[in-house]
Amino acid sequence: MRDMRELQVSLSQTQKVRLQTAIEQLEKLTSRVSSSANASVTVADTIPVNHEEGVLKGHGTSEVDGDIVATLCGVVERVNKLVYVRTLRARYKPETGDIIVGRVIEVAPKRWRLEINFSQDAVLMLSSMNLHDGIQRRRTATDELNMRSIFEENDVICAEVRGFQHDGTLHLQARSQKYGKLERGQLLSVSSYLVKRRKQHFHHLQDYGIDLILGCNGFVWVGEHVEVRDDMITDDQENKPELQQTSKPNIKSLSLEEQEQTYTPPETRQNICRIANAIRVLTSLGITLTVDVIIATVEMSKALYFDVHEMVGAEFYVQVAEKEVERRSSSIKKK
Amino acid sequence: MEYVSPEGLRLDGRRPMEMRQIRAELGAIAKADGSALFEMGNTKVTAAVYGPREVENKSQQLNDRALVRCEYGMANFSTGDRMRKPKGDRRSTEISLVIRQTLEACIMTHLMPRSQIDVFVQVLQADGGTRSACINAATLALADAGIPMRDLATSCSAGYLNSTPLLDLNYVEDSAGGPDVTVGILSKMDKVTLLQMDGKLPMETFETVMQLAVDGCKAIAKYIREVLQENTKQLEYRRGL
Repeated sequence: MRDMRELQVSLSQTQKVRLQTAIEQLEKLTSRVSSSANASVTVADTIPVNHEEGVLKGHGTSEVDGDIVATLCGVVERVNKLVYVRTLRARYKPETGDIIVGRVIEVAPKRWRLEINFSQDAVLMLSSMNLHDGIQRRRTATDELNMRSIFEENDVICAEVRGFQHDGTLHLQARSQKYGKLERGQLLSVSSYLVKRRKQHFHHLQDYGIDLILGCNGFVWVGEHVEVRDDMITDDQENKPELQQTSKPNIKSLSLEEQEQTYTPPETRQNICRIANAIRVLTSLGITLTVDVIIATVEMSKALYFDVHEMVGAEFYVQVAEKEVERRSSSIKKK
Repeated sequence: MEYVSPEGLRLDGRRPMEMRQIRAELGAIAKADGSALFEMGNTKVTAAVYGPREVENKSQQLNDRALVRCEYGMANFSTGDRMRKPKGDRRSTEISLVIRQTLEACIMTHLMPRSQIDVFVQVLQADGGTRSACINAATLALADAGIPMRDLATSCSAGYLNSTPLLDLNYVEDSAGGPDVTVGILSKMDKVTLLQMDGKLPMETFETVMQLAVDGCKAIAKYIREVLQENTKQLEYRRGL
């Protein structure tokens, strides 16, 4: 069993039994509502198409002797005439408009290279991101030289998938204030099938003062809440020239005032860890990540007086599984 | 030495056409994109797959397909006598190559151009048939990583001792010096992707021995499919709606 893929928890005998029953119940509940798990295939399984005319072969399928054969392990999905296999555990497949979180691995001429859990590195061009001063203009050689003042190697950033170029490289864009460098938080990498594409990927959890970004590529950011700066305010721009001059020399040696600004209070840090641990437990159980489930898990840990470090222990792990059974069965009843 | 007793039993108590117990487990290594543990009797191997990911060495990058790399290693403690050099000897290089070629035949590399797939197989416990076990483990790990494949490549060995064809040789039988055949097949497509033989065999016996190995491969493929199917179902159930 792969229960403890990321988390290494040692369960006692009773906990094992409880977990087992919880998982069996999850199976029953899911199979009652949808037949999707029954449509699961493994590599080289033939997908029955009832000799329909003009079936379109999608991802994860190939044609062998007139039969449609799966080339992946996953679930068969049918949309009108299209037949494809949806994989579960696989690397991220980008789609235009996806919001992703990535890590800068290289600063190259006019571009940054990002690791985003795809089969290649993604490219973020200097020209496809807004400058700090908010002015739309051509990027000059000076801008190019100052690239490291925007993002450095190993910075975690958030961006949007722009699309594939003709040569097959993946391009990103960050044309809004909500995109950009992420600081003061934790990056978690989970399997990308656990994050569904939704309208909202940025979440501001007001009760905790936390920003949560569920990247489509399976990178999840939990960090202190930052107010989106509005650089378009005019008087701000007037101050800009002198501000730059003063702040530039002491980028490395932070002044006391700046240290004050970058200081994260212990409560916020604890909240970050609490949410991150909730995500860790949920992903190792293989439950889809949504804000509601994450918050419910955090609330539960608080209500039951679990310490932050106890959240990655055996007892909480089993309780989350049991809670999930409860949640799903009640949501079915509502329907 | 007598490898098959008059009652028709082998040294470890198996029948000539009997395979050792096999067991497979997915997700043995947390950080890998796909991983598996595979046991054939006392032989125990792990496989980890990384990728498809960006090519490390740009000069090796292929513009029309993925680069497949494979590294085979035996743990120092895997055999009775301690090995002097765990990596880089000729035997491991040869087995790495054999595994790579077998896997390349089944991975649909043209779907992942300009990327690389790394397969690491590590023998934890060696008791004959390591290369077969490694191929089986690697197939499982590739399927776990969600890499598109034409078919599942499985492998099994067979030998010929005391004028009896024997399936799935263990270490004692392997080191008896008799002829042994390692076969790798794509089970659904009925294609042979690997065929190695040490020693000599007359044509007719070779065919029976090879057929025996092929049957072994099919039995393994059946088991591997069950494991993968169960794993997929589990993931889908747990994910929820």
